[in-house]
Amino acid sequence: MAQHKLSAWQYSVLALVSISAPLGDTCLSRGMTSLPAISLAHPATLIAAVFTPWIAVGIVLLIGFFASYLTALSWADLTYVLPATAFGNVIVALFARFWLQEPISLQRWAGIALITVGVGFVAQGPSLTERPAVKPSVGIDPAAAVEEEQTR
Amino acid sequence: MMILNSAPAPGPWTTAAMITAIVLSSTAGEVLTAAAMKSIGDLDDIRAVSGMKGAIRAVVTCPLFFAGVSFLAVSFFSLLFALNHLNLSLVAPASASLTLVTNAIAAKFFLKENVDRRRWTAAVLVCIGVYFLAH
Repeated sequence: MAQHKLSAWQYSVLALVSISAPLGDTCLSRGMTSLPAISLAHPATLIAAVFTPWIAVGIVLLIGFFASYLTALSWADLTYVLPATAFGNVIVALFARFWLQEPISLQRWAGIALITVGVGFVAQGPSLTERPAVKPSVGIDPAAAVEEEQTR
Repeated sequence: MMILNSAPAPGPWTTAAMITAIVLSSTAGEVLTAAAMKSIGDLDDIRAVSGMKGAIRAVVTCPLFFAGVSFLAVSFFSLLFALNHLNLSLVAPASASLTLVTNAIAAKFFLKENVDRRRWTAAVLVCIGVYFLAH
C-alpha cells in the first residue's frame, strides 16, 4: 500500500480537497450575507437558512471536501495533504482577482508565491511514509507501526 | 448578524490563550483523524471491494475518527469564541498558519511521518504564505 507517487485519480482527489473547501466557504458567506440579520433569540431561522440555495450548495461542497479529505488521508501523509488544503487560499485569491476583479496587494501576491512554492516542494516528494505492513483491522498504534524513517 | 460587543479588548495573554486553544484542538483533531484513516486503510481499495456503503461503514465504526471529529468540533467552537472577542483578521491567519507548523510537529512525533527537510521547509513557507494572504 505504500505508494510514493500518486495516480491521476489521487491528484484529482487532492484538487477536490483544495477547491471544495474555499468554494463551500464562499457559498456559505454569500448565502449568510444575503439573509436578513439572524438573532440568537430566534435560532429556528438558522435552520431555515440551511435550505436556502447558496447555503445548501455550500454545505454540499463542504461535505464533498470532508469526504475527499478523509479519502486523501487514507493514502497520503497528513503533512502531504495539509499544504493541498492551504493551496485553496491561493485559488480563492486568484478567483477574487481575475473573476471578481478585486485588487490584490503586494503582500498577498507574496503569500500566493510562498504557498505555491511550499506546495510544489511537498508535491515533489513521496506522498506516504514507508512503513512495515500493519494488520488493517487492529486499532491504530502509529508509534508501534514504524521502525524506520526514510532519510532524504 | 450585527453584534455590539462592548466588552474590553482582551489582553495579549488572553489573546494568546484563545489562539492556542484553537491551534491545539485543531492539531489534535487533524492528527487523530489522520491516524483513524491510516488505521482503516486505503478508502479507494475498500470502496472497490465493499462499495460506498462499506467505505462509509469503515469510517463511522472507527473510534479514533470520532475522537478526531470531537476535537475538530472543539476547535470550531474555540474559533467561534475567539471571534466573539478578537478580530477575524488576527484569529484566522494566526490560527491557520500556526496549525500548519504544529501539525508538522505532531505528525512527526505521533504519526511517525517522515517529515524531512523538504516538508519542514514547505510547512514554514505555507505558514508564512497563509499569514501574508489572510492578514
